[in-house]
This record gives sequence, C-alpha cells and structure tokens, in this order.
Amino acid sequence: MSHPTNGLDEKTWGELREIAARYPEARSGLLPMLHLVQSVEGRVTPEGIEACAEVLGISAAEVNGVATFYTMYKRKPVGDYHVGVCTNTLCAVMGGDLIFERLKEHLDVGNDETSEDGKITLEHIECNAACDYAPVMMVNWEFMDNQTPESAVQAIDDLRAGNPVHSTRGPQLCTWREAERVLAGFPDDRADEGPTAGPASLAGLKIARDNGWTAGTASSKGENA
Amino acid sequence: MTDTLTPVLTDNWDAERAWTMAAYEERGGYAALDKAFAMGPDAVITAVKDSGLRGRGGAGFPTGMKWGFIPQDNPRPKYLVVNADESEPGTCKDIPLMMATPHTLVEGVIVSSYAIRANTAFIYVRGEVLHVVRRLQRAVQEAYLAGHLGKNIHGSGYDLDLIVHAGAGAYICGEETALLEGLEGRRGQPRLRPPFPAVAGLYASPTVINNVESIASVPAILTEGAAWFASMGTEKSQGHGIFSLSGHITRPGQYEAPLGITLRQLIDLAGGMREGHELKFWTPGGSSTPLLTPEHLDVPLDFESVGAAGSMLGTRALQLFDETTCVVRAVLRWTEFYKHESCGKCTPCREGTWWLTQTLARLEKGQGTEEDLDLLLDQCDNILGRSFCALGDGATSPISSSIQHFRDEYLAHLTHGGCPFDPAASTAFVPAGADA
Ligand SMILES: Cc1cc2nc3c(=O)[nH]c(=O)nc-3n(C[C@H](O)[C@H](O)[C@H](O)COP(=O)(O)O)c2cc1C
Ligand code: SF4
Ligand code: FES
Repeated sequence: MSHPTNGLDEKTWGELREIAARYPEARSGLLPMLHLVQSVEGRVTPEGIEACAEVLGISAAEVNGVATFYTMYKRKPVGDYHVGVCTNTLCAVMGGDLIFERLKEHLDVGNDETSEDGKITLEHIECNAACDYAPVMMVNWEFMDNQTPESAVQAIDDLRAGNPVHSTRGPQLCTWREAERVLAGFPDDRADEGPTAGPASLAGLKIARDNGWTAGTASSKGENA
Repeated sequence: MTDTLTPVLTDNWDAERAWTMAAYEERGGYAALDKAFAMGPDAVITAVKDSGLRGRGGAGFPTGMKWGFIPQDNPRPKYLVVNADESEPGTCKDIPLMMATPHTLVEGVIVSSYAIRANTAFIYVRGEVLHVVRRLQRAVQEAYLAGHLGKNIHGSGYDLDLIVHAGAGAYICGEETALLEGLEGRRGQPRLRPPFPAVAGLYASPTVINNVESIASVPAILTEGAAWFASMGTEKSQGHGIFSLSGHITRPGQYEAPLGITLRQLIDLAGGMREGHELKFWTPGGSSTPLLTPEHLDVPLDFESVGAAGSMLGTRALQLFDETTCVVRAVLRWTEFYKHESCGKCTPCREGTWWLTQTLARLEKGQGTEEDLDLLLDQCDNILGRSFCALGDGATSPISSSIQHFRDEYLAHLTHGGCPFDPAASTAFVPAGADA
C-alpha cells in the first residue's frame, strides 16, 4: 500500500494520503482527492481513480461511481481555463444565453468542448450564487460579474493571448489546474487578493449607512471599542 | 422602533480587508466565545431557542430546537456540519458573506459546536467558488493560530477542529442528507429519514446541519442577547435576514432587514424596477418556491405570510422579472435545471422531470395543445408529495404557479406558433431606449 503502483508521482501519492488523513474517516477525503487528481492530471484519469481506490481501500468502481456523479469532475482533458457561462433562468434572461451563444461561435466549440489551441473549455453552468451580478461568467470558478457578450469575448481573447485577467471579485486568474489544487485543500496563499465585497453585495449596507439605520447592536451604537 | 434595514451580518462588509482576523478582532470579533464558555452549553442552546432564530437555509426550522434534539447520552462523537452549498437558483447571500467575513461564520461554528458538544465541525462549501474557499481556508488557519480553534480553546478545556471541505458540483448536495453522503465520499443521494441526522447523521453519529446564515447569526445573539434578536421581525419569524434582490431592478444586491419587510419596500430601497419597466413575476425564496406577482407586493416576507400567499419564504432569494420576460421560457429553463440535477434515486422525480421538460419544450415552441397544460398539472401531481426528497416537489413549483397566474401566456405561444417575446429586450445590456 505504501508505494506507487502507477504513473502518479510520489508527491501526489503522499498528498492523496494526506487528504484522507484530515478526516475522522478516510473516505470523506474522496471529493478533495479527486480535485487533486484533476490538478495533477488535467482530468480524472483511470490512474487517478485507481490511486484514490488504493489509498481508501475501496474498489475503483466505487470511486468511478462518485467521480461520475459530480459535475466538476471531467473525463475529457480541460483547457488552461474553464469558462462557465451561467444559463440558469435569471442569468439567461439577463443575457447569459446570448453570451454563451457568442462564445460558442467565437471559440468554434459546442458545450463542454475545448478550443483547438487547448486553452479554453466552454460550458454552460447552473446558478453560481451570484444572481445579483447577472449575467455571470465563471473562469476557473472565479467570478466574472456583470458580463456582456463583448466583455466575455475580450476576457477570453486576453486569456488566450496570455494577458493577465482579473476576476471582478477576486485575484488575477490562475490556471484550472492550480484552482483544482486549492479545492483539494492546498491553499495558494492568495486569499488576501481582491476586494472584500463587490458593489451589489454592499447595496443595502450603503443605504443603511446613508440613513443612519442600524440593528441597534453595541458596536453600531459605538459602545464597542 | 426597528430601522428599515438592520445590518448585522453585513455590517462589516464595507470594512477594509474585512476578511482578515485583524479587521474582525478590531470590531470585537470572537467575543462570543468567552461569553459562551462562561454560560455553559445548555445555556447557549437556551439563548438560541429564546432568540426565535429559525433556519435560514429555506425550511425555517427553529435552530435551538434542532440543537436540543442531539441526544447527549449517546456516547458517539457529535458533529456540526455547515451547509455552504448555496445552489438554489436565485440564492446568493451565503457566498458574499463567506467572501467578506468568513470569521463571522467561524465564530458561529465554534459557539454552536460548543453548544451541541461537538469536537469536530465541517464547512461543506460548494466547489464552484474558488475565492470563497481561499478566504475560508485562511480564516480557519488564522483562528487556529489565534487559539480560537484547536485544543483547550481560551483555556476553557474545550477542543474543536474545523475542516473546510469543497464539494464538486451537485445541487442535490444542498439537501442535508445528500450533503452527508457527499461528505462521506459517496454519491450525493438523499437518505431515508428517520433516523434524522440529529440521531444518526455523519458517520451514523448525532449531527447538526445548519445553513451558513443560521450559524453566522449565533455570535450576535450571544453578545447582544436573545431579546435583542427577537425584537426584530414578526411574531413567529424573528430577527434579521439577508434579502437578495436580483433581475430587472435598478440596484440589485443584498439587503439585510428584519423578517417581515415587503417586496414593495425593498424595491423602493433598490431604486425601483429598471427604468421604464414594471414587475411581472417574482420568486420569494428561490426557484423552488411558487412564483408570485405584483398582487403580492405587500405580503410581509416572513415564513407565515408568504406561506399564506401560496408560496414559501425559502431563502429570501427575490428574483424579479419585468414585462419583457417570457414566463414560459423562464419556467422551462428552471425545469431543465431540476431534470439535470435530479439525483436519479426515485422514479417520480427522475422520470417526472424528464416528462415535464418534454411537455414544456413543446409548448414553448408553440407546438402543443391546450390539453398539454392539464397534462403538465397532472405530471406535477404525480411528483409532488411522491418524491423521495424536496427537490422533486420544488420542480413542480414554477410550473403549477405559472399556469395559475399566466395561463394566457402559455396559450399565446400556441396561437403565435412560438414565443411572442424578444429575448434581447430582457437583457441587462439592451441599449437604453430600445424596446421589445
Ligand atoms: C434540493 C435541496 C437543496 C438544498 N440546498 C440547500 C443549500 O444550498 N443550503 C442550505 O443551507 N440548505 C439547503 N437545503 C435545505 C437543507 O436540506 C437543510 O434544511 C438546511 O441546510 C438546514 O439548515 P437551517 O435549519 O439552518 O436552515 C436544500 C434542500 C433541498 C431539498
Ligand atoms: S426527489 Fe429527485 S433528487 Fe430527491 S431523491 Fe428523488 S430523484 Fe433524487
Ligand atoms: S442565475 Fe446565474 S448566478 Fe444565479
């Protein structure tokens, strides 16, 4: 059990075991372990599935059953940037449908396909809990708020050209594999980048401040140091 | 008199680097810990009961009562699991909360875990929000370094470990028992209840599952008092809640107010519907709550009143659509969502959501007949109340409510031979002055 039996390197095997050891019961580590596999392999590979199975002492079929259940796990190689356009109702109505159509044309791909240069994988996604910033696009699961077809195309052209692109509510975009590593529970030390909140998140608070409205807490009455 | 808006959870979102421990402590953060340790766990549960806090994840179950169900004579470990899966369409409050002030949640986790005597807690956060995961990871790391987590917290003798766990994309994992399956490394399919999680939850041990906003509300209840919390809101829906306005409104965003505020008040605060347009339909609490119309603008947004109006308060996810929006298109898209997210465990939902999309898609293209509306209602009947979990029930809400309020619009698709609306007119980037 302690030595690599396939193509994954020693470091990855060690990290898979490290994830499993975080939990009271090792199998709880499976979701983050599959995120780690994606960060190393660029997708969920048969080798990655076998490694998870071996570390957890379960069958590859069981791991496979889990990997196929969750939409963030990919069987086909994902590009450097995963671009998700929200086409759930609110965003779709606010323009998400048009943005998605425009990007398909621009990249000459269908849903869940990767551009020929291997850079961009395009997918339409469900509500990403940012409806107050509709229409929303996610790049490697970072928020790109209040998009238009033009702004979306621009962001994607910049990414393909290697120009730095920033999330509207977060840091400069990293690669999809780097993002998957953070989701596996290995922080990249970039929590301090980006704003506290976007403008829509502050809409009500601003009105409360303008009107002097508070909830009457000690701190709002200035009683807390 | 309570103010119209009552920022508590949102109150430090405009602070410089609010997500850091330094900023949080400057505002008196983590003061609830020593208070809780001095009170003892049972008194903390009593305070939360007295506050009237009801679950903010949709169902509105009294939080203190849920904690009281944990059998303390059970020798197995107890667990607290925070539901940070936020995926109900329209719902967008927990994500900005965790991005701006993850420490409010972490402080709530510590106090709540102490109350139910858990020594391990989890935050199950949906995977599709990278920067939120980063901020949570950092906050937890900072809390360990400051001695708010780990062994013998503040010298109290109480130990707690907190694990941030990123999901992998599945709406159903917001359902609490499916979430536990996901957290145990399995396919996220709901479990049969009973046993309820309070008795046999994570690893078959007593487990409390609460929404992010519920847990984040706990520290202020301790520091300001249960009576302070209960003084806000309505008789049976007490306290403050974040109302999320999205869609065709001038200033979409988060508005924290006492429960019982009306949509009319909120729209006024938000600068009205977008210029030159009027409200056509809205969801009070996400896509699983039946649609309401302008007729319901003065319904107090509390659990009882929205229920009496034929819908549900849900997550206070107010999605507003103006007259440029085709209700059939909106409903079809939500139905496709439920079909996509159905976990496949039970037949009424797995097969039913497939049939619903077939029938709706036909109608939307103007190819059906009027009988298809009855067929749809029939199909809804076969799902509602017969599904294994509330996802199936939720899938029927937009359909039955839209047929109730907008039957003519369905028929217009038939007479028009397709959708009579121009989808460009409803976008956020429609050129000013342009019209359908
Ligand atoms: C399909 C479905 C999705 C749900 N999604 C969420 C969610 O994303 N977040 C949440 O807190 N509760 C969600 N719930 C409700 C949970 O099952 C549960 O009631 C809640 O987490 C309890 O916490 P509370 O009492 O603090 O509200 C969902 C329920 C269903 C049926
Ligand atoms: S109602 Fe739908 S989501 Fe719930 S158990 Fe049945 S198939 Fe799964
Ligand atoms: S509908 Fe797109 S983020 Fe909610």
